Amino acid sequence: MRQRTPVGLRIVLSLFLIWWSSLSGVSAQSLESRLQALDARSFSAKEVAIGQLVALGDGQVLPALRAMLDGKLYVQKSSKRIVIAEDAEGRNYAIRDALSEEDLGLASRREVSKIRINNTLRTVLRGAIAELGLFSPRPEVRQAAALEMLNQPSAETLEMLERVQRREQDPDVRATLELGWAASALEFGTPEQQLEAASILGSTLEREAYVLLQQHRDQASGALQVAIDDALERIELKRWFSSIVELGFFGLSLGAVLLLTAVGLAITFGVMGVINMAHGEMIMLGAYTTFVIQQLFPDWIDGSLLLAVPAAFLVSGGVGILIERTVIRALYGRPLETLLATFGISLVLQQAVRSIFGPLNQSVLTPSWMQGTWKLNGVLEFTFNRMAIILLVPLLLAGLMLLLKRSSFGLQMRAVTQNRSMAASMGIRTDWVDALTFGLGSGIAGVAGVAISQLTNVGPNLGQSYIIDSFMVVVFGGVGNLWGTLVGALTLGVVNKLLEPLSGAVMAKILVLVFIILFIQKRPRGLFALKGRFVEA
Amino acid sequence: MQQKRTHPPESLMGRLTRGTGVPFLTVLAVVTFLVPLLNQTVPPDSLLYLPTYAVSLLGKYLCYALLAVALDLVWGYCGILSLGHGAFFALGGYAMGMHLMREIGDRGVYGNPLLPDFMVFLNWKELPWYWYGFDSFPFALLMTLLVPGLLAFAFGWLAFRSRVTGVYLSIITQAMTYALMLAFFRNDMGFGGNNGLTDFKDVLGFSLQSDATRNVLFVLSALALAGGVLLSRFLVTSKLGRVLVGIRDAESRVRFLGYRVEHYKLFVFVVSAMLAGLAGALYVPQIGIINPGEFSPINSIEIVIWVALGGRGTLYGAALGALLVNLAKTWLTGAAPEAWLFVLGGLFVGTTLFFPRGVLGWFAEAPWRRWFSRSSLPSRSTASEKGGSW
Repeated sequence: MRQRTPVGLRIVLSLFLIWWSSLSGVSAQSLESRLQALDARSFSAKEVAIGQLVALGDGQVLPALRAMLDGKLYVQKSSKRIVIAEDAEGRNYAIRDALSEEDLGLASRREVSKIRINNTLRTVLRGAIAELGLFSPRPEVRQAAALEMLNQPSAETLEMLERVQRREQDPDVRATLELGWAASALEFGTPEQQLEAASILGSTLEREAYVLLQQHRDQASGALQVAIDDALERIELKRWFSSIVELGFFGLSLGAVLLLTAVGLAITFGVMGVINMAHGEMIMLGAYTTFVIQQLFPDWIDGSLLLAVPAAFLVSGGVGILIERTVIRALYGRPLETLLATFGISLVLQQAVRSIFGPLNQSVLTPSWMQGTWKLNGVLEFTFNRMAIILLVPLLLAGLMLLLKRSSFGLQMRAVTQNRSMAASMGIRTDWVDALTFGLGSGIAGVAGVAISQLTNVGPNLGQSYIIDSFMVVVFGGVGNLWGTLVGALTLGVVNKLLEPLSGAVMAKILVLVFIILFIQKRPRGLFALKGRFVEA
Repeated sequence: MQQKRTHPPESLMGRLTRGTGVPFLTVLAVVTFLVPLLNQTVPPDSLLYLPTYAVSLLGKYLCYALLAVALDLVWGYCGILSLGHGAFFALGGYAMGMHLMREIGDRGVYGNPLLPDFMVFLNWKELPWYWYGFDSFPFALLMTLLVPGLLAFAFGWLAFRSRVTGVYLSIITQAMTYALMLAFFRNDMGFGGNNGLTDFKDVLGFSLQSDATRNVLFVLSALALAGGVLLSRFLVTSKLGRVLVGIRDAESRVRFLGYRVEHYKLFVFVVSAMLAGLAGALYVPQIGIINPGEFSPINSIEIVIWVALGGRGTLYGAALGALLVNLAKTWLTGAAPEAWLFVLGGLFVGTTLFFPRGVLGWFAEAPWRRWFSRSSLPSRSTASEKGGSW
């Protein structure tokens, strides 16, 4: 902030010169002739000319000023016309008129001469461009210029902003202009204006406002100091609140990812009692399916993600059914052996993917509708991809619940879970129900893979980083209970993120793991244990 | 127990070496004798010459074998499938590594007599308190046993008391080693972070680079393996061992008979962890580095496959499995690195599906089993009906 004050001074100086020159009748001259004044011999004369241009308040000269800043403003020797020149082929320039942007064709280097600038002029130019931006017809340019004003408090800015503010139609820009006004008024305004400025600055979360208030706090006295303290307090409270909301959002987003990865496991492990250590690889297969589909439809990134969801479900589900039919079926009732065999499968799948796609991470593109952020205020913003994943969770859960509670497959599945032999005697093909259930759990893992491909790198080891977390969620939430998985995932996600600022990311993860290990001692069957009599496992 | 055993009361020696014990210990003794001989007395251009790197490699295998025996003790005889034994191994390794770091003294890159290189690099001013005492070799050796033992005690005391069994226990042991891995990756922990501990110079004044030291370390590893196997055999053939097998096959029945199941489990778990720590302590000077990667969950699962492949509940089989798998690994990662994970994965699947009792079990069941008529393989119980996860 301090380094920028010379800009303010320079603007003061130039404005003074404008006033002085307007007295001497320069105002009658046309825009063009004022522009030509830029081609002055001395830098100080150029500075005066810039000031005069700004005083006109016409956004039309903006391209010329920008070009001057970039060193692209030239004067055509023959006509004394000010032009913008871009490098063209050979030793020529492509020139166009600085005001009308009319294309003037090519010019050789000899025909034009550059309007030189120095560092002082650069600073003046930046200030001038910002100020002129306020007059631009496009609201986003005005908005950016208004934000810039926050950094250059001066008495003149104050006056000018008061003027501009009255004309401004766009409410957002108006609010920013008000902030800019307050920034200047805090230092240069009357005592009443200063008080009002403090209260205005206290209502925003822009970083500059906070810095300004802090700077003025020590110099201020009496009522102003009280007002500034009050404003700072309000900002701090809001910031604290925002950071809590942000942490909550991050926690929710982590919880959603955990839930997506764990739901499939909750079905295979929780419902069927099968320890599937290859579950992480089902997620990886889903992510790679997304990658392959994007390779197949390179021009259709926006839509292909929606195609990837069912495709990943089918791929991972199909592989899951294959595994169930060939390996797991032979190992029912022997959980520890299942654990080992499926771990072997996970190694094979990892190496298979590594052999096919290579060991490096693949870049999965994000569709345009998932890019960008939703900016709530100066400190709070939510990224669209995380929001999309948070939204995916209730959809997936609702679909799953519907399938379990309302379809005949769901009915059979629940029957087999509750009493296998009774279900079999009722004519249910229990082995097919097993295979389909396993396929369902694996398929959901594949869908989770699509979501995860939008968050992190897609590589052969993708699954490994999620398998332990997923098991933790299922064991914590309680085996055989989807609601337990939901509560477990969200709790662990939020707790993890709340711990992070206190202890660092890795330490938070360690603490959560230790917490779960201890928790299992207290409640070996998780948060929501199924009630009933169990044979001791 | 299906068949009634009518052995006469045995001497202690007989108890310890019954079954495959004699051939195993004989082979181990011959190897222990031959390897330094071939390395030290045979001229380097001879066909029979064993290069020093191979001695260290074999020494490494023997450490792995001891680790496998430790896991077999808890898994094969007590039904505790620990997926965190790599953590005990690594802790033992770190304890030894810390001593070796202290022995470097001022010969490090930064030449700081007080602090190891990585601490100088991280701008640490003084030695953290938990590094005190590691200057002394006996203390470090004690710690290689005590630290894994204490962790196993704390963990086991909590887990067994609240009757966390089967798959749940496996998963939380995995979480334990994962948490430790994350912790040791942190620079603030004071164990060298990502790079771990390395650049060791010598142990007890003997240079780690010299052939003689390496041969001695190899012999020590072989002795530790023999000692570990004999200790384990002593445990499992004692009355305590019978209770352990009973717990494995029908935990609740043993409890109803009045045994304090959790005490037995805790005891054998701690002994096993200490054996694993010892293996780690012998491993580090031969390899020359210990880093947090040793804690990674996949390492611990690999130990399980050594045991499963060799033959669970046989001790010798576990050692054999560790040797076989690691020989295959060394050979394959050199010859066809792409194929190694396929083979390892295939081993997991194949062993569980087709050789549930491992190589040794398969031998014992084969037609020529009369050669092994006094086999001490514990027979698979039929008592573990629904609840018994093995």
